[in-house]
This record gives sequence, structure tokens and C-alpha cells, in this order.
Amino acid sequence: MSTVDLPTIWFVVIAAFWLGYLFLEGFDFGVGMLLPVLGRDDTDRRVMVNTIGPVWDGNEVWLIVAVGATFAAFPPWYASLSSAVYLPLLVVLLALIGRGVAFEWRGKVDSDRWRRNWDRVIVAGSWLPALGVGLLLSASVLGIPLDAQGNRVGSWLEVVRWDTVLGAIAVAGFALVHGAVFVALKTEGEIRERARRLATGVSPVGLLPLFGLLAVVQLRHGSDWTWIAVAVALLAGAAAVARIAVGREGQAFAALAVTITASVVVLFGSLYPDVLPSTVDTANSLTVAESASSPYTLEIMTWLGAFVAPVVLLYQGWTYWVFRRRIGRRHVPAVRVP
Amino acid sequence: MDVLDLARWQFGITTVYHFLMVPLTIGLSVLVAVMQTAWVRTGRHRYYAMTKFWGKLLLINFAAGVVTGIVQEFQFGMTWSAYSRFVGDVFGAPLAMEGLVAFFVESTFLGLWIFGWDRLPKKVHLACAWAFSLATVASAYFIIAANSWMQHPVGAEIVDGRPRLTDIWAVLTNNTTLAAFPHAIAGAFAVAAALLVGIGGWHLWRKGRDGDPEEHDGIWRTSVKLGALVGAVAFAGLAVTGDMQGKLMFQQQPMKMAAAEALCNTEEPAGFSIFAYGDVSRPDCENVKSFTVPALLSFLAHNDFDSQVKGVNELVAEYRAKYGTNYPVDERLGELSGKPIDYVPILPVTYWAFRLMIGLGAISAGIGVLALWLTRRGRVPRTKWFPRMVLAAIALPFLANSLGWIFTEMGRQPFVVVPNPTGVDGMWMFTATGVSSLSAGEVLTSLIALTTVYAVLAVLELFLITKYARAGVEGVLPPDDKTDKTEEGDELAFAY
Ligand code: HDD
Ligand code: HEM
Ligand code: HEM
Repeated sequence: MSTVDLPTIWFVVIAAFWLGYLFLEGFDFGVGMLLPVLGRDDTDRRVMVNTIGPVWDGNEVWLIVAVGATFAAFPPWYASLSSAVYLPLLVVLLALIGRGVAFEWRGKVDSDRWRRNWDRVIVAGSWLPALGVGLLLSASVLGIPLDAQGNRVGSWLEVVRWDTVLGAIAVAGFALVHGAVFVALKTEGEIRERARRLATGVSPVGLLPLFGLLAVVQLRHGSDWTWIAVAVALLAGAAAVARIAVGREGQAFAALAVTITASVVVLFGSLYPDVLPSTVDTANSLTVAESASSPYTLEIMTWLGAFVAPVVLLYQGWTYWVFRRRIGRRHVPAVRVP
Repeated sequence: MDVLDLARWQFGITTVYHFLMVPLTIGLSVLVAVMQTAWVRTGRHRYYAMTKFWGKLLLINFAAGVVTGIVQEFQFGMTWSAYSRFVGDVFGAPLAMEGLVAFFVESTFLGLWIFGWDRLPKKVHLACAWAFSLATVASAYFIIAANSWMQHPVGAEIVDGRPRLTDIWAVLTNNTTLAAFPHAIAGAFAVAAALLVGIGGWHLWRKGRDGDPEEHDGIWRTSVKLGALVGAVAFAGLAVTGDMQGKLMFQQQPMKMAAAEALCNTEEPAGFSIFAYGDVSRPDCENVKSFTVPALLSFLAHNDFDSQVKGVNELVAEYRAKYGTNYPVDERLGELSGKPIDYVPILPVTYWAFRLMIGLGAISAGIGVLALWLTRRGRVPRTKWFPRMVLAAIALPFLANSLGWIFTEMGRQPFVVVPNPTGVDGMWMFTATGVSSLSAGEVLTSLIALTTVYAVLAVLELFLITKYARAGVEGVLPPDDKTDKTEEGDELAFAY
């Protein structure tokens, strides 16, 4: 494998893991964010939670794998990014903690107060990580003040700037639209109508921050070819807005998939050949070539990934197939807890 | 406290906490898969009810295990970034493998299992339970391979001052891993077994008290039996694998071995102290009185009742000669910069953690066997102390597991990557040099936030587990009449 550039391959693989995460957990987050908006009563909210019930944990593992692969393939990237963005990342983790147990525990006690409180945890636990992940990713692309050791210069506020906040809102906005379309796609009856109306109203605004972020990234770090991806993202975004407006949820959902794919291409394409630019001195930037693990480690990981990743896609795809049917209020049984 | 101390407390607290959920998930998921297999093969209601009941407790626990695991995944980079940069080439690979090979399977098939009760053919559904439970075991393997590498670095060489992976197979078949992994899995079964005996025993006793001693479906009696047997076998496995670990530790980490015994001076042959009264910390450890089994330590270390076991004092001199007397002068080391290196772990902690790990595990297994005896041939225990005993015993293997890790991890201080007489030459890292360059305020914030949230989680999880455990099987079985189904083939296991 000496002729192929393994570090670059792994850079692409990690981008692909992030794409998987943003696409899949994107709608999970959206469903959680919209819980109080689309769910008029507890039955509605149970319908919503159950649309993602079988899959949210599998979706979250995309994050774990993105992070784990970064650790293995680019240890300095993993180390510098997660320590520099320490406090925002802490908020993400706390929110994910609450969200995960909330799904599992929400229905375990028959009390309105209990469920309402967990609903709040789900809402916060969906907004905060979406924002935090956006901040983390845009900080990685737009840079962090790093010294020669790869440590952050200055306080934690160095990573909370207008451009990274834009990145935070970009991911949250996308998740919001994606989630609304997903609910419209997976439910039936009134809740589907509401989701469709909401998606129609929200999508033109919700996608704007993402386009703003793409513009900033492209203008600062982009190359000629990433303009193509910017154009694709814009067109697909516009298509999504148009398709949901005429009630074609499936097509809108597919268009959103294209939007987020093109966006990830812009973000990571502009980042390359860095993995984490330093905003104080480009000499301190972490690059793909210099941060990469040894060829041997990357080779092992490549073999493993080549065999395992297709299988993962297969069985995760099968899950979506098994639970492909729309669900609605009529499927919701009475609450039965001891 | 400086960043180092805060970071250590945070890692210790969050990891021990994660490992409260972990062994229960591993042990119980396999046992639930066994129960479901029994149901699919025999069609007996008893096994169906058991699957549902214990499966519910498993799910309540699993959620907490997942969310605390996510914290672990990020923590190496957040608070131990220097460590992560140093070892990433070797250490990252098993971690990434864990995600790719284990966590994806675990999370996806659990989703299918929870929601697929009426959706999937019986056997496919059963296969999902097995995929899930075997994946939890696989995840333990990879993470323990990573941890064992820190205890005994192999399969790597030093290039540009950092370990570089040369042989992944050597890392995955590290002899330390091959002993520690079955040890931890056996520990996981001990936890699940104690839960089966505890909750099953309590229900059995209550049925007897309420005049239903026959217990028509035998759910609780079967649970107690299964738990007691699994617990006894698990303890035997723990003893065997623990002995293997002890022998490796003697070669690989002599200081940890000495610290396990609080053995101040070299002895030949060395006795095994059952328990000590008085202060086992240095320098007074020489005068500690303790009940000692002569020559047993020599045997544990070396399979030979006469061999020599080195004491702390002699080892300190060896370590100083090999790894230096002082920390480098580096401002990032804070107070430790340039200070002499203390090579001795905290002896009271290692000494007591090691003993209690073994002792509490043994008591727990013994209580299981006692419960088996008391319920033999259809008997139902009537005494008040029976339920108290089996319920209290649930805590023991949890404690033993925590103490095992505390011993393993604190016994290797001040190193995070331990230099080994049998490992790669020159490959080690001090814990103090692994920490991130953060402000103390940042780490203090996260320490407080995580500890608080974990405390709340603990209260809620205990509340839910107790609630569902008390309610018994009626609380978890689906209603028998299927009249509320609106359409044919439209049933949805609405899990949430
Ligand atoms: C001996 C076993 C073992 C040990 C030592 C650890 N874990 Fe763990 N972990 C598991 C065994 C496990 C498990 C049984 O697979 C869990 C527990 C509950 C669960 O849901 O899966 C899990 C969950 C879990 C998850 C969530 C997976 C998901 O979303 O499904 C992550 C990210 C980690 N762990 C990461 C770690 C890290 C980075 C550790 C090192 C400090 C660690 N775990 C120690
Ligand atoms: C889940 C089981 C584990 C438990 C209960 C556990 C427990 C602990 C404890 C108590 C400490 C603090 C020791 C001290 O500061 O004196 C610690 C430190 C540490 N452990 Fe573990 N550990 C576990 C697994 C792991 C694994 C699997 C790894 C790596 C893969 C690991 C890596 C570390 C690191 C990097 C530190 C920080 C350095 C230190 O303070 O020692 N631990 N662990
Ligand atoms: C005769 C009984 C036992 C012996 C001889 C024994 C021995 C050991 C040894 C030597 C270690 C340290 C390994 C190292 O640091 O290199 C260890 C670790 C550990 N022990 Fe035990 N142990 C016994 C019983 C138990 C029991 C009953 C439990 C829990 C129920 C338990 C759980 C653990 C855990 C979780 C660890 C840390 C992880 C690992 O290294 O696998 N042990 N044990």
C-alpha cells in the first residue's frame, strides 16, 4: 500500500464519519428539538420519540467512531481539539448524557411531571449538542490559537467567536429542518401535517446559517474545486425547501442528504491539508501529513475499516428497513408501567 | 488542587462510575440472551417472563452505561492530551476498533431487540439479543487490550521519542490482556449473578410469606438457581484468572506486587497477609501486625513456595536507578517540576483494595451458594434475614470490581504507561506528564458538573431499578388481550 497516501485516505474517512453523524443524528436532534413544538400532547410526543427509538443509539456511535478514528489516525488533532474546546465539549457531553437516559427512562414512570421533566431534558439535550458539535467542527476548520506544542493560547473563550458561533447555529439550523422533514416522513395523520407545515415554514430560514458558514469557510480557506460543492449544497438546499413545500417529504429528505454531504465536502475540503489550523502562527497548524499516525497503524485500520464498514452500513440499513413504516397515534398503546 | 490532581480525580470518578454500569450490562445481557434462548427452545412461559423482567432491568442500566461511556471516549483528549499525543499511535487503534467492531453492533442490535419483539421472526429476534450481548463482551476485550498495553507495553518501538505500533497482533494478544480480559468478564458475571440471587431471592421469600410458596411459574426459583451457579463459577474463574494476573504482575510490575502486600522489605519466602491492623503506609509498614499465611505470596507470585518477593524499599532503589530520581524541570509539571519522583503507590489503598476485591467477591459467591442450599428441593426460606442478606449481597461484586480497578490503576502510579522488565525498553510515561495544559478552573468546572450529574443519575437509576425489581413480572409483560391492536400486522412494540 505504499503508493497510496494513507493519511489523506484517513482524513477522508473521518470526514465520512462526521457526515454519517451529521446526517443521522441530525434528524435525531431535530426530533428532540421539536418535541414541544410538534408534540401537542403526550401521545404525540411518544410518537415522535418512537420514530427514532430504535436508531438513536446507533446514530450516536457515528460520533464515537469519528472521535475514536481521529484518536487512532491523527492523535494530535484529537488531543488539541478536544482539550482546546474543553468547556463547550463538556456541555455537549452533559447534554448527551441527559438525552440518552431521557429516551430510555421517560416512559418508565406514569406521571405527567416525570415525563414533562424528561421532555425538557430531551429538548435541551438536542439543542445543546447540535450547537456544540457545530462549534467544535467549525473551530477545527476555521482554526484555534495553538502554540507550538498544540495547546490553546488564551482562555476557553478563544474558541467562542462569531464565526464558530455561526458554525454552531448552522448545525442546529440544519438539524431543525432535517428533523421536521424526518417527522413528516415517518409519521401519519395530524402530526405529519404539522411537521410538513413547520418544515415548509422553517426550512428557508433554518438552512441560511449553514450557507453562511459555507460562504465564510469557502472565502477564507476554499479552493477552486470546493466552489462546486458550495454550489451543490445551495442547489440541494433550495430543492429541499421546494420539495417539502409541495409535500414531497421523501424527496426533501434526500435533498437534505445531498446538502449535508456537499457541506461536509466544503468544510473538510477547505481544511485539507491541515487538520487543525493555528490562528496565531501557521507554523503551528496541525497538518494531515505531520499529525498522522505511522503507516503501519493506518494500514491496520484501513484493512479493518474496509471489512467492517460495509457490514455496518448493511445492518444499520436493515434496521431502517425493519422499522420503515410510518407510525401514528393509533399505534400508541396505553401507558403500562408498574 | 492543581490541574493534575483534579484531572486524576475526574478520571478516577468517571471511570469507576462507568464501571458500575459496565459489568452489569455485560453479565446481564449474556444471561438474558440465555433466558431468551431457553424460551425459544422450550416455549415455556417462565423463560419468557424472565427474559422480559431481567431484560427491563438491563435496559434501565444500559442507558446509563452508554452515556457515561461517551464521556470516557472524549476524556483522553480533553484532560490527558499530552498522554493522547504520546500514545495515540498505539493506543488509539484498539479504541477505534472498539467503536467499529463492538459499539455499532451493540447499539444497533439493541435497538432491534427492544423494538423488534413483534416485528422480527422469533429466531432473528433472538439472534439480535446474542449479537448485542456478544458485542458488549467484545467491547470489553478491546478496551482492556488498550488498558493492558499501558500496564505492559508491547508490539511497539520508540521513534522520535514516542511509541510507534509495530505489531498489532502483539497488542491484541498481550499476555496481560489475555489474563485481564477473562478476569473482568468473570467479574461481570459475578455482578449479574448477585443481582439474580438478590432480587430473585427476595421475590421468592415474599411469595412464601404471602402464602404462594408453590410459585406456580418458578420464575424466581429459576433465577436464584441460575444466579447462584453463575456466581460460583464466576468466582472460580476470578480466582484462576486473578492468579494468572498476579504472576504476570510479579514479572511486569514488581512495585505493584509489593504494594498489593504493603511489603516493605524483601522476603523469602513471602507470606500473604489476610488482613492487617495498624497503618500499612510507609515508613511504618515494617511494624504492621497482620494475619499472614506463610509462603502464600511466594506461591501467588511464582508458583513456588520458597521464592523471593521484593519489597518496596528495595524496589525504590532499583526504580530510581532505572527511571531517574527527579522529574524533569518543566513548568507544565506544576509543583512536581524538578521534584523527586515518588515511586511508591499509596500503600493503604493498594493493600486494602486488593484484599477487599478478593474478600467481597468470595463472600458474594458464598452467599449465592448458601441461597442455593436454602432453596433446595422446593424449599422457601422464611427467615427475615434471608431477603436482607441476598439483597445486601448485590452490592458486593460491584464493590469488588471497583476495588479491582482502583488497585490496578493506582498500583501503577506514578506511571500512566508502566515501564516493564518484560516490555519494550525505555517505553514509559509518568502520569504527571500526561495531563492537558488547561486552567484549573476548567477542570474544576467539569469535575463538579460531571460528579453532580452522575450523582443525580445514580439516584434515578437506583429508583427505577428498585421500582421495576419490586413490581415483578406483572409489570413488564405485555397485556394478554390483543384487542387494542387496530390493524392486522400493525403491531409495534412501542418501547418508549
Ligand atoms: C470491561 C469493559 C469496559 C471498560 C473497561 C470500559 N467500557 Fe465503556 N462500555 C462497555 C465496556 C467497558 C460496555 C459493556 O460495552 C458498555 C457499558 C454499557 C454499555 O452500554 O456498553 C460501554 C459503553 C461505552 C460507550 C458508549 C457506547 C454506545 O454508545 O453504545 C463508550 C463511548 C465507551 N464505553 C467508552 C469507554 C472508554 C473510552 C473506556 C476507558 C476508559 C471504557 N469505555 C471503559
Ligand atoms: C473501567 C475500568 C477502569 C477503572 C475503574 C479505572 C480506574 C482508574 C482510577 C481509579 C484512576 C485514578 C488513579 C489515580 O489517579 O491514582 C485511573 C486513572 C487512569 N486510567 Fe484507569 N480505570 C479503568 C480503565 C481504564 C482504561 C480501560 C484505560 C485506558 C484504556 C484507563 C486509563 C487511565 C488513565 C489514562 C488514567 C489517568 C492517569 C491516572 O491518574 O492514573 N483506565 N483509572
Ligand atoms: C481469588 C480472587 C481474585 C484474585 C486472585 C484477583 C487478582 C487480581 C489481580 C492480581 C489484579 C490486578 C491485575 C494487574 O493490575 O495487573 C486484579 C484486578 C481486578 N480484579 Fe481481581 N482478583 C480476584 C477476585 C476478584 C473479584 C471477586 C472481582 C470482582 C467481582 C475482581 C475484579 C477485578 C477487576 C475489575 C480488576 C481490574 C481489571 C483487570 O485488571 O482485569 N477480582 N485482580
